[in-house]
Amino acid sequence: MSNDLTIKDLHISVDGNPIIKGLNLSVKQGEVHALMGPNGSGKSTLAKGLMGHPSYDIDSGEVIFNGVDILEMEANERAKLGLFLAFQYPTAIPGVSLANFLRIAVSAVRSNGTNGSEDNEMIPMREFRKELREKMAQLGVDDSFARRYLNDGFSGGEMKRAEILQLAMLEPKIAILDETDSGLDIDAVRIVGESVSHLVGPELGVLIITHYPRLLDYIRPQYVHILLDGKIVESGGWELTQTLEEEGYDPIREKHGITEIGQNTETVQ
Amino acid sequence: MANPETKQIDEIGISKDYQYGFHDDVKPTFKSRKGLDEEVINQMCDIKEEPDWMREYRLKAYQIFKQKPMTNWGGDLSQLDFNDIYYYVKASDRSERSWDDVPDDIKNTFDRLGIPEAERKFLAGVGAQYDSEVVYHNIVEELDKIGVIFLDTDTALKEYPDLFKKYFGTIIPSADNQFAALNSAVWSGGSFVYVPPGVKVEYPLQAYFRINTENMGQFERTLIIADEGSQVHYVEGCTAPTYSSESLHSAVVEIVCMKGSRVRYTTIQNWASNVYNLVTKRAMAYQDAQMEWVDGNLGSKLTMKYPSVYMMEPGARGEILSIAFASKGQHQDAGAKVYHCAPHTTSQITSKSISKDGGRSSYRGWVDVAKGAKGCKSHVVCDALILDKESRSDTYPVIEIAENDTKIEHEAHVSKIGEEQLFYLMSRGLSEEEASTMIVNGFIEPLVKELPMEYAVEMNRLIQLQMEGSVG
Repeated sequence: MSNDLTIKDLHISVDGNPIIKGLNLSVKQGEVHALMGPNGSGKSTLAKGLMGHPSYDIDSGEVIFNGVDILEMEANERAKLGLFLAFQYPTAIPGVSLANFLRIAVSAVRSNGTNGSEDNEMIPMREFRKELREKMAQLGVDDSFARRYLNDGFSGGEMKRAEILQLAMLEPKIAILDETDSGLDIDAVRIVGESVSHLVGPELGVLIITHYPRLLDYIRPQYVHILLDGKIVESGGWELTQTLEEEGYDPIREKHGITEIGQNTETVQ
Repeated sequence: MANPETKQIDEIGISKDYQYGFHDDVKPTFKSRKGLDEEVINQMCDIKEEPDWMREYRLKAYQIFKQKPMTNWGGDLSQLDFNDIYYYVKASDRSERSWDDVPDDIKNTFDRLGIPEAERKFLAGVGAQYDSEVVYHNIVEELDKIGVIFLDTDTALKEYPDLFKKYFGTIIPSADNQFAALNSAVWSGGSFVYVPPGVKVEYPLQAYFRINTENMGQFERTLIIADEGSQVHYVEGCTAPTYSSESLHSAVVEIVCMKGSRVRYTTIQNWASNVYNLVTKRAMAYQDAQMEWVDGNLGSKLTMKYPSVYMMEPGARGEILSIAFASKGQHQDAGAKVYHCAPHTTSQITSKSISKDGGRSSYRGWVDVAKGAKGCKSHVVCDALILDKESRSDTYPVIEIAENDTKIEHEAHVSKIGEEQLFYLMSRGLSEEEASTMIVNGFIEPLVKELPMEYAVEMNRLIQLQMEGSVG
């Protein structure tokens, strides 16, 4: 079975405002894609819409994953099929330790009952702990991290590392990284970038959503796409990031006749 | 197979999910007629072979109870019919010392509650209350050796009459309130604990309670005396079978914390949804003593319970950590009261409530600082989590301060389970129900982490049961 994520002519709106306006993209297991675009171009809307956020309305189009259209599925069913989203702003769940949460999540995703089965077989504690410890060591996080409440009082860097730890534990087929580099200092970007690049392989396809190519120094994408005003306007290879870095988005906007929308101005840290 | 128990549950329309709602066929050896009068009380005293002073105490309390008007605050008590209740039921003729002597059908009930296993692993002593009388009571030898008394209250009255009489009813007098008066008139069972000076009891003392006779009020009476510099943790967990008509549970718990002592009293209650749970709990803490109430209320039709601490001498400290879960048709009117009667006393109240499926939870709190009680500190935190639009949460805090030199803080937060929290957890493979349950369990974690381990496990399981089917 093919584990492609194929997006066809997707339209997404939020509160009645169209944000994604006919987007086409295909990501295969083993590939690394970068989707770049300025703030307001629709990057996070795409990420949340693909994962099934209830506030993001799919107006039309198809998203085929593992050969099935996932647009009618709940977020947890998409996760069980092997789709993962690393959040730009992960939500805190006070009182729930990262380890407890991860054990339940890993058990849910690995229990193959994709439809409805509530009684997920729990992964044995010993096995889970061993795996968690190994993956935390690879990420360079302290053991005490697992006992902390999920994202509660985490620094920006800790949140992003917790997201990557979840990515490593849940072993998805396709992972979407939404602005995983935002809010991180240079060292944190390096650690997160190297961690993700370790995970990339034939079993994992990655869609990196970012407005700044810094993270891409560590995870070199084979494909780079430029998102402007809800559509992919350019696709290419690594060289596209170089052009962007030198010239910014303005020449591309001009080329496609898109005026800058909203008040969003890009600040490059 | 046509199971009469299942049929009964079906007929009354109470959730079959109620895990502990089974009903064993225990034959009570004595059951008073319904309703209360002096004859019932006298009969009870005769059977229990109680001393005259207790008979007089009961009869006097009964007079006080009759004169008290029906409680008209807190929750709706209009359906409570005092004439439709059995006030005394004796399930077995004597207290049992060892597990082997416990009658099989009672043992069966305990097996289903996991008592023997819990005992082996965690208990220093077990007092399991079955109907009004303690039928199984076991104190491990070490407790005897260090002079700790842990008995059912009826036995303590016989074996330690002087100690008993010195403290009984001194913390909560019969006239304190309507239900304290009722309990004083008809009390039966409960635990009596005395910890000698300087003795620290390392393991929690536990008692398990059940109501098992239809229409039977359970009026247990617990008295804990922690002598100077001693330490003890008492734990009670309550589960009740499901019945078609109203049941009344009205306990009184009195605690004396002498100088430098430390007492923790932990309760987890999961009454069936037709039980009125009207409990008076109070502790007096003397110099540098510390009293902690940890109180978890699930189930019941109406709970009215406000564990309180009177800080009588300097350095005393009171802590109350409570959690209430109100589901369909339930009202949890719970809270805490602290009285700073001496200077340099401190208190902390943490109250968490969850309301779901039209359930109502109320926080009712009282912070009192007496004139001249300088340098007191009190910190109150109330967190309410409301799971749907039909449910309700209220807070009724009262703060009475007669002294300027004090520091009182009150925080209250009301929250709902956020869409972003649900989406985040669901994106990791959890169903909506699993995600909601996880958020609720996280919300009560500050209480759960204070519980002995098997209670923490049970609490999480109870929450899971409560959350089942909560998401359409």
